[in-house]
Amino acid sequence: MSFISYLINGISLGSIYAIIALGYTMVYGIAKMLNFAHGDVIMIGCYVVFTTVTGLGLNPYLSILLSVIVCTVLGVVIEKIAYKPLRKAPPLAVLITAIGVSYFLQNFALLIFGADTKSFTSVIPMNNIKLAGDKLVISGVAMVTVCICIVIMLALMTFIKRTKAGQAMLAVSEDKDAAQLMGVNVNGTISLTFAIGSGLAAIAGVLLCSAYPTLTPYTGSMPGIKAFTAAVFGGIGSIPGAFIGGILLGIIEILGKAYISSQLSDAIVFAVLIIVLLVRPTGILGKAVHEKV
Amino acid sequence: MSMLEVRNLGISFGGLRAVDNFNIKIEKGQLYGLIGPNGAGKTTLFNLLTGVYKPDKGVILLDGEDITGKKTTDINKAGIARTFQNIRLFKDLSVLDNVKVGLHNSFRYSVLTGILRLPKFRKVEKEMNQKAMELLKVFGLENEAHFVASNLPYGKQRKLEIARALATNPKLLLLDEPAAGMNPNETKELMDTIRFVQKEFDMTILLIEHDMKLVSGICEELTVLNFGQVLTQGETSKVLNDPQVITAYLGE
Amino acid sequence: MKDKFNFLKNSSVKSMFVTYAIVIVAYLVMEALMFTGSVNYLLMDLLVPLCVYSIVAIGLCLCVGYLGELSLGHAGFMCIGAFTSATFSSLTKEFISNEIVAFLLAFVIGTIFAGLFGFLIGIPVLRLRGDYLAIVTLAFGEIIKNIINVLFIGKDSKGIHVAIVDPDALKMEADGKYIINGAKGISGTPHLSNFTIGVILILISLFIVYNLVHSRSGRAVMAIRDNRIAAESVGLNVTGYKLMAFSISAAIAGAGGVLYAHNLSTLTATPANFGYNMSIMILVFVVLGGMRSFRGSIIAAVLLTMLPEMLRGLSDYRMLIYSVVLIAMMLFNWSPKFKELRSKYAGVFKRNKKSKEAV
Repeated sequence: MSFISYLINGISLGSIYAIIALGYTMVYGIAKMLNFAHGDVIMIGCYVVFTTVTGLGLNPYLSILLSVIVCTVLGVVIEKIAYKPLRKAPPLAVLITAIGVSYFLQNFALLIFGADTKSFTSVIPMNNIKLAGDKLVISGVAMVTVCICIVIMLALMTFIKRTKAGQAMLAVSEDKDAAQLMGVNVNGTISLTFAIGSGLAAIAGVLLCSAYPTLTPYTGSMPGIKAFTAAVFGGIGSIPGAFIGGILLGIIEILGKAYISSQLSDAIVFAVLIIVLLVRPTGILGKAVHEKV
Repeated sequence: MSMLEVRNLGISFGGLRAVDNFNIKIEKGQLYGLIGPNGAGKTTLFNLLTGVYKPDKGVILLDGEDITGKKTTDINKAGIARTFQNIRLFKDLSVLDNVKVGLHNSFRYSVLTGILRLPKFRKVEKEMNQKAMELLKVFGLENEAHFVASNLPYGKQRKLEIARALATNPKLLLLDEPAAGMNPNETKELMDTIRFVQKEFDMTILLIEHDMKLVSGICEELTVLNFGQVLTQGETSKVLNDPQVITAYLGE
Repeated sequence: MKDKFNFLKNSSVKSMFVTYAIVIVAYLVMEALMFTGSVNYLLMDLLVPLCVYSIVAIGLCLCVGYLGELSLGHAGFMCIGAFTSATFSSLTKEFISNEIVAFLLAFVIGTIFAGLFGFLIGIPVLRLRGDYLAIVTLAFGEIIKNIINVLFIGKDSKGIHVAIVDPDALKMEADGKYIINGAKGISGTPHLSNFTIGVILILISLFIVYNLVHSRSGRAVMAIRDNRIAAESVGLNVTGYKLMAFSISAAIAGAGGVLYAHNLSTLTATPANFGYNMSIMILVFVVLGGMRSFRGSIIAAVLLTMLPEMLRGLSDYRMLIYSVVLIAMMLFNWSPKFKELRSKYAGVFKRNKKSKEAV
């Protein structure tokens, strides 16, 4: 029975990774950059919910909505100020900037909110479900998390397939210059991608902090890196890949924690990343891309 | 034995057959031209010959040695050097160092010799400098030896690329649109240089070019590529008067 | 006779000697100041850390500026160098009485292990293109820190015992001693580091990187950085040279770790000394130093370490300032708007561009 409950926890954690990984994978697909600051946007989103609910007594749903708005705006602003001027710069310069932004958000939060750990009260009103004569307990948060993840995945895939903006995203990710020539608003599409990714980050943040109710300025960075690992695992640039990679990574982490060592669970997750890069660098669903010579 | 012999070479990208059933034979010392409209697959062919892409069909023989599917690095060691349509210099290195990187595999000393500045370091570096300067002189770049490569004017960057390719001591030199972006005077000068390289280094050269003056002026034989397939092959003057070729270029 | 000094004409060689001279003069001035007693304790305690940061920055500069790959795990390599050398020193301190020999051996152990780990990490990552090295080295730094915090090594009359997670698994005799005691780290490392040794290590690191960069292999590394495809087309073994440069870079970071470890009586792996923040701090030194300048990296390391200590009020904002420095440097160097501004005012700071020597 404990195995099944570990598995469920793993899937739930994996769903959070998957939602975060979406942000990485979409931005990577379209702007061809690793947005290091993505994990820290999550953290900002959590602080928004925390301060508005605990401090101002705002309705949790309104505060989540506010958090999504704040993160969306933050994502777009980051892109405009820090990344957009570097479209033609070498990848190394973009990467260093992204790290700078990530570091900035962490230390900004540190100055504003302090280094002490805030205990986050779950904003998801869902009771645990007991099965098999109380032997198997499934937490409400876990179920909500998995459901939200599936809904987001389906919605996003429909959005890309069925809407004009979604098709524009595909076009930009294939070939930015060609898309521009075909009349696609490239800047707008990139902004939209950052907006969607960051908005999703806010949701992931609420789910994350509901499942693991501690909040510090560094809350976002580890899950962010793991979610990137998940995106690479599933195949960077691929939306279903982010889903599969996220779920698998969550399961690996929870099972590793349970059966190997809780202190080494991060090490196990990163070992997965290194093995994936060794064996199949394109990830599970990724395609090899031909470099233009 | 031919210097380069290619049989039934082909590659697809997605559903597109970029190069299909390509055959060519180039003899030692020949100056051979590859022409065709934009998108005909010329550069793809160069990328296949140099191992940037792996062909899904066919055989490439260099001086009798099968080099099909080998890595770019090993193909250069086997004897093919190239230039690029969109110039690819080591832009932050000096002009001299660009050529010295080309000499890398012919003049050797170990990492440790370099770090410890052993006597061999000075000796080999001196030889490399001499050899590199000789090559730069061929292309009239000796006065710019200490410029940063990206500061060179366009035409000279193209020449530097050829010098760097020659530095690897190849059997076959592939030039991808060497005259692109040059004015008629520069082009004429370049034609002389290419002829000089052919004679002086006893070099086999395959070049892609759109400038028909250059092609008809120096190429001995031509292959015309259209939609990834060979349209016609043979002596330059005959090929250029082939009505099929004229149609391919000018449309119906 | 005239011919002998010909090499000084080469401006890169000149720049190299200027750097050596700056380090030596700074050292002599500092020693003189200490001799006259005009240096306060605060600064004296900073001297060895300054050397540590400078050395790791030199290593990272090789990786970022010359190899063109971003490592966020240089604190991890430092950690490897620190712990392997400190373990060695703790195990052998009874047998080796000569401090110089002891340090030399510890130095060799620490750098070799750090270099080896760099090599092992590099194998899966350096053949790939893209930003993978940054994320994998970041992950590596965290793994190393995690593992060292659960690592137990003990020594008793039967020999050396190693265990992970559970100290009881060591099965040591009652008189056994811990060498590495999990999160409590290593205590009792002999105090072998000092300012002079630190400066000597800086000079050795500079000697290695300068000579490497201005040699056949260094040219290959820079060529690969500038254009990988062209580098392959002239027959360079791209992965091999990347691995070589990255291993050397990691080994130099390890040397910094050795110096660090032998300056402290108790060595622990915490986020503050071997974590992500340390890697970022070193990166800030390198970026502010101009990315491709070893001299700049050292100067930035010294200034940025000393300034916050001198201006206490700033210390809260230190990290925030670091992050802004990173972003601002990149935007300043690469943003089209800034490029335009710079070319507009280029006349003011006109440098003779044509005679400008390449790196």
